[in-house]
Amino acid sequence: MQTVTREQLINKAVALLADGTVKCVLGWKKGEFDYDVTPAVFETEEEIRADFVWNDFCGANFSKYLVAKTRQFDGKILVFLKPCDTYSFNQLLTEHRFDRDKVYAVGIPCAGMADISKIKEICGDGISSIEADGDYLSVTTIYDDQPIKVEIKEVLAERCLNCKSKKHVAYDELLGEEGDVIDSNRFDEVAQLEAMTPDERFAFWQKELSRCIRCNACRDVCPACTCEKCVFDNPNSGVENKSPANSFEEKMFHIIRAFHVAGRCTDCGECSRVCPQHIPLHLLNRKFIKDINEFYGEYQAGAQEGSRAPVVDYTTEDLEPGEVFDRRDTNA
Amino acid sequence: MRKCSLDSLNAIFTRINQFAKLYLPVNGNDGKAAYTEWQEGLEWSNALNTTKSPKDFFFPQTEDLMAFRTSGKNIEIIDTRKESEDFVVFGVRACDVKSFEVLDNVFLKEPYDSYYANRREHGIIISVACTRPADTCFCKTFGIDPAKPQGDISVWKTANELYWQSNTDRGAALLDKIADLTEECGTEAVEEQQQQINKIMAKLPLANLTTDGWGAGKTQELFDHPKWAELSEACLGCGTCTFVCPTCQCYDIKDFNSGKGVIRFRCWDSCMYSDFTKMSAGQPRLTQKERFRQRFMHKLVYYPENNNGMFSCVGCGRCLAKCPISMNIAKVMKTIGGKDND
Amino acid sequence: MTNIQEALIPKIGVITDIRIDTPDIKTFRVVTPDGVKPFDHRPGQCAMLSMPGIGEAMFSITSSPTNTEYMEFSIKKCGCVTDWLHQAEVGQQITVRGPYGNPFPVDDAFAGKNLLFVAGGVGLAPLRSVINYCRHYRERYGTIDIVYGSRSKDDLLDYQEIIQEWANDEGVNVHLTIDREQEGWDGHVGFVPNFVKELGFSTDKTAILCGPPIMIKFTLDGLYSLGFEKTQIYTTLEMRMKCGIGKCGRCNVGSKYICKDGPVFRFDELDELPDEY
Repeated sequence: MQTVTREQLINKAVALLADGTVKCVLGWKKGEFDYDVTPAVFETEEEIRADFVWNDFCGANFSKYLVAKTRQFDGKILVFLKPCDTYSFNQLLTEHRFDRDKVYAVGIPCAGMADISKIKEICGDGISSIEADGDYLSVTTIYDDQPIKVEIKEVLAERCLNCKSKKHVAYDELLGEEGDVIDSNRFDEVAQLEAMTPDERFAFWQKELSRCIRCNACRDVCPACTCEKCVFDNPNSGVENKSPANSFEEKMFHIIRAFHVAGRCTDCGECSRVCPQHIPLHLLNRKFIKDINEFYGEYQAGAQEGSRAPVVDYTTEDLEPGEVFDRRDTNA
Repeated sequence: MRKCSLDSLNAIFTRINQFAKLYLPVNGNDGKAAYTEWQEGLEWSNALNTTKSPKDFFFPQTEDLMAFRTSGKNIEIIDTRKESEDFVVFGVRACDVKSFEVLDNVFLKEPYDSYYANRREHGIIISVACTRPADTCFCKTFGIDPAKPQGDISVWKTANELYWQSNTDRGAALLDKIADLTEECGTEAVEEQQQQINKIMAKLPLANLTTDGWGAGKTQELFDHPKWAELSEACLGCGTCTFVCPTCQCYDIKDFNSGKGVIRFRCWDSCMYSDFTKMSAGQPRLTQKERFRQRFMHKLVYYPENNNGMFSCVGCGRCLAKCPISMNIAKVMKTIGGKDND
Repeated sequence: MTNIQEALIPKIGVITDIRIDTPDIKTFRVVTPDGVKPFDHRPGQCAMLSMPGIGEAMFSITSSPTNTEYMEFSIKKCGCVTDWLHQAEVGQQITVRGPYGNPFPVDDAFAGKNLLFVAGGVGLAPLRSVINYCRHYRERYGTIDIVYGSRSKDDLLDYQEIIQEWANDEGVNVHLTIDREQEGWDGHVGFVPNFVKELGFSTDKTAILCGPPIMIKFTLDGLYSLGFEKTQIYTTLEMRMKCGIGKCGRCNVGSKYICKDGPVFRFDELDELPDEY
């Protein structure tokens, strides 16, 4: 269960609005159901009290919104950041993508976010309400007389099961208790892929990526994808396409994107969360993170504002290309 | 009406597959249902619906329109169209069947689209009633009855049996081909299921969603509605809603140079994309607000204006389930529509 | 029944002449490989031109329908397709399909009327077919006034045709203007909207406007102040298009598709559409 309450967040937001510290609040807005929360900008106490939510479905990472919203608004923006969001926040600051002075960041602890599709696998479609009840969710459906109790840890999103950190790496103010960096198992699945033969691995990705519908949701939600104009939207790039013309292009889009965010991806997992086709896109990025860790020493993008990623920071100790090539053989 | 036991379904699929390709919802490696070409061993998914709509069967995400060969200053145009073969799509839900009518109004209107028409003429639709509609369903809002799905053949699935009813000559001809695997039966079981479905429909969270305040002639009233800015505020500008939507039909035409020649293909496009209307001379829809507004105004005002009041939404709920920021047509209809939606 | 074979699959066209009109506008003459006009059209209609591998784009047909030998397109260099066309040579084949859209009502609403054409820059291109159609059937119309302006003398499209042919026609008055003073220019200097007001046209005319949005806006204000009604002013709109047949979904303004319900509109009709063009 979440350790800070909705009321605490609302009171903080209302107070900061009232004393003029911030002009507006970036928060989660109540949806049609209990799980379809929408990112929103709140400008009045009334709006906040009516529609602001904080529950187990507030997965959206607001850091990227700051790029546009800090340009749009004159005063400061209050943003609530979960631990993993703070890594994206720092990474965007490192890349000078928004003005830090225009943001008031409040760190909030996160107990992990639930994945509604996992809940639906257990409870079926037809959910009419979901209420938090300690370590459980009480799910009422139109088909069952009694609410179904689901243990939250059973339905956590993949990225939360493999949470890398409960520690906030950036904030102006922290609500609740600070957590620690976690020794997670997030690279286990990557290791499984590495253990495959190249043919098996190719078949794995072929199968996954063939479902891609090129909706661009992964790119558009990605806090590392903040180019003003993406190469895939540029008609003069020669690779601009709305839809893959063949299976090569299908893979190319995701592989190019993974290369482009390598060393900058904080592993926030938004890409996999939003993919309508459930493609485990985070595995591509994690492979890069794992490689960078192994080649150049542990590096977590966003952990420290202003840090230089090993891939853009030459040192004489750097691995020789030949060693990378040799390693490929031992892996295969 | 005819019926068969669920155990004989495999034999029926095998029979159908002898004269036409058969597609049906099958769970993929992601555990989600997708229309898949049937082969021995594949099982009809229990899922309410597929992640992607069946519009692909008639309006695929990409399709070649023609090819060109160029040499020096000369161009040769190669017509690459082929006559479709008959195919059967089994397990289509009532909402998706209705979506074909929405697409027909665009593609079969003069000048009709022979690529689409070709597939439409060869596709036989077997629909299935929805016994367990989801919280995201609102087909009733658009006058669709999930207890009486349309298509060439309607099917009702009970605990142990499958009931078949043909609605068209094509459907009747198909039922004839599997007559020895089914038996004539009464309609009682189906009627009972239909009543059951109607009861469930009344309990759905979106049961009372109406189209009040929307429809033909509402452009002036709704275009400058103050809520568009707020509704579109968090929109990522991705194409998820448009690509999972069974009725979105915008497309782009592009050239692909294969090195051996040029293929001109069309592919799904999205009004949510910033370059959708971008010209060298300017951009009529400058921000995401205008693009977002276009999508909903098209479905709920412009399309009805051009199609005798018919809406371009079938309430399948895919956009409700898939939008990365959970913004969708139901929220838009409630926020901007009539008072009854409050 | 027209099917998409005619609608999306183009014909081959051959560029038989390229005229350099201005530093950034060329006029291309196009016929089929058999040497005939690709298809008939009405004044104000458009055609899709393409080079396979480069792209396809919509252009207004600038030659008059009364020209039965070939089609002409005056094209400004401003994007992928136009850049390519500008480097093309005579003899080059392209693809062409059309005609698309509704024409100007030259045989009904315009018949017997005094006509006032107002154009800016490459905006003369779509009006040229109308002007030449009306000159061809001179007896069907009253007076014809043409106000045309561009950045400089060198940027005036069809300049030779205007001064040698149009200006010499009886009952046709040509009023040219350029934005700034220029050596060798003794004509009017100033922006088109102001020039229209200075000329002070009487309201017995039907006005046809085409040019950059800013020119349209201020010319309209000028015409209204002179007493013109919206019902006597026409224009032609430009939107991004892919299919040309009202299906690909991108050129709509409200429920109207510019490729098939337009591009020609009367200003009172535009009032009923949302302001998104």
